[in-house]
Amino acid sequence: MQEQDDKLRRRSTVARILADRGDILVITGLGSTTYDCAAAGDHALNFYLWGAMGSAVMVGFGLAMAQPKRRVLVITGDGELLMGLGALATVGAKRPENLAVAVIDNERYGETGMQRTHTSAGVDLAGIAKMAGFRETLVVREAAELEKAVPQLHHAKGPVLAVMKVSTAPDPLVLPPWDGPYLKMRFRHALLGDKAAA
Amino acid sequence: MTTQTLDQTRAGQEAEANMAPKAAPKWPDQIFQTLREAEVTQVTYVPDAGHARLIDLCHQDSDMKTTVLTTEEEGIGVLAGAWLGGDRGVLLMQSSGVGNCINTLSMARVCGFPLVMIVTMRGQWGEANPWQVPMGQITADNLRLAGVVVYEVSDPDMAALAVEAAARIAFNGGLSAAVLLSQGMLGTKLFKE
Repeated sequence: MQEQDDKLRRRSTVARILADRGDILVITGLGSTTYDCAAAGDHALNFYLWGAMGSAVMVGFGLAMAQPKRRVLVITGDGELLMGLGALATVGAKRPENLAVAVIDNERYGETGMQRTHTSAGVDLAGIAKMAGFRETLVVREAAELEKAVPQLHHAKGPVLAVMKVSTAPDPLVLPPWDGPYLKMRFRHALLGDKAAA
Repeated sequence: MTTQTLDQTRAGQEAEANMAPKAAPKWPDQIFQTLREAEVTQVTYVPDAGHARLIDLCHQDSDMKTTVLTTEEEGIGVLAGAWLGGDRGVLLMQSSGVGNCINTLSMARVCGFPLVMIVTMRGQWGEANPWQVPMGQITADNLRLAGVVVYEVSDPDMAALAVEAAARIAFNGGLSAAVLLSQGMLGTKLFKE
């Protein structure tokens, strides 16, 4: 466990990524990343996925296509991304410059009993994203690397994908709202103002 | 590859009556115009031969943002994100793709994201490939079980009208709607040179 203790913690990593978020639009993936983003501070411009596993990157992509002048950041887990791996190819083919993906990779399915994911066997999500056509890909394992990665996620010409290798240590449960229509309308009001009502 | 339009369709009857070379069907252009009028700007698809003309029209239009998907359920995510960002979209697929979508449809339903799908049918009229039949035969029922409003179209003159109805009900009320274009209307892939 000494090795685990030396690793980045997921909550502080996500909090650091979102600390100076500015007007970034955030999409979270089903599971722990939804709780991590809620723990960092609920925000009208967070849209949390509570289902549809494998869809987080695609929701971020559709939002990035609709809002090319705004930065879109998807924060999701390794298991969630692995379920929709084709999404990396769909993004790589279109290459939206305003899309970034942060993968909070604990190499486990955290919701179902911490079973190992393929990343624990060496499957390289940053490598897959790079070969799929992402402009910037990086792997973060320590605090100094995180400091360099945050500006990349916020500003580098996308698509960007950063894998954050984090500890499996448990965190307190922090749940954001899970009422879908509320989350949707809150986001649209904050982003679109009066145009939110269809 | 050849296609054969079944005689009972109106397009087939007209072509025979005129004794002229079979004209290109009008419905893809009519659907495209309907999508324009519905202010659809994001077009996501897994290609199908039946959608080829409509896909070409969308690619040729600089106001349309087209996205090719690796699998159909990606489109449900893309269109959810599009709606969050103020864009209206459509998802084009073949009936086999409906099976890929089932769990992801729950996102559209539970959040009330508008979802317009245009589905070209296989495994239906005169299908030559038996592997297409199981999914084609349960496509409409699957969609209804998932809470999708289904418009089944076999008359090409009704295709654009059905898309108009689907777009209206989806964008007005955050519902999921699918237009199924029958294999009888589209023609059957006969696997011949």
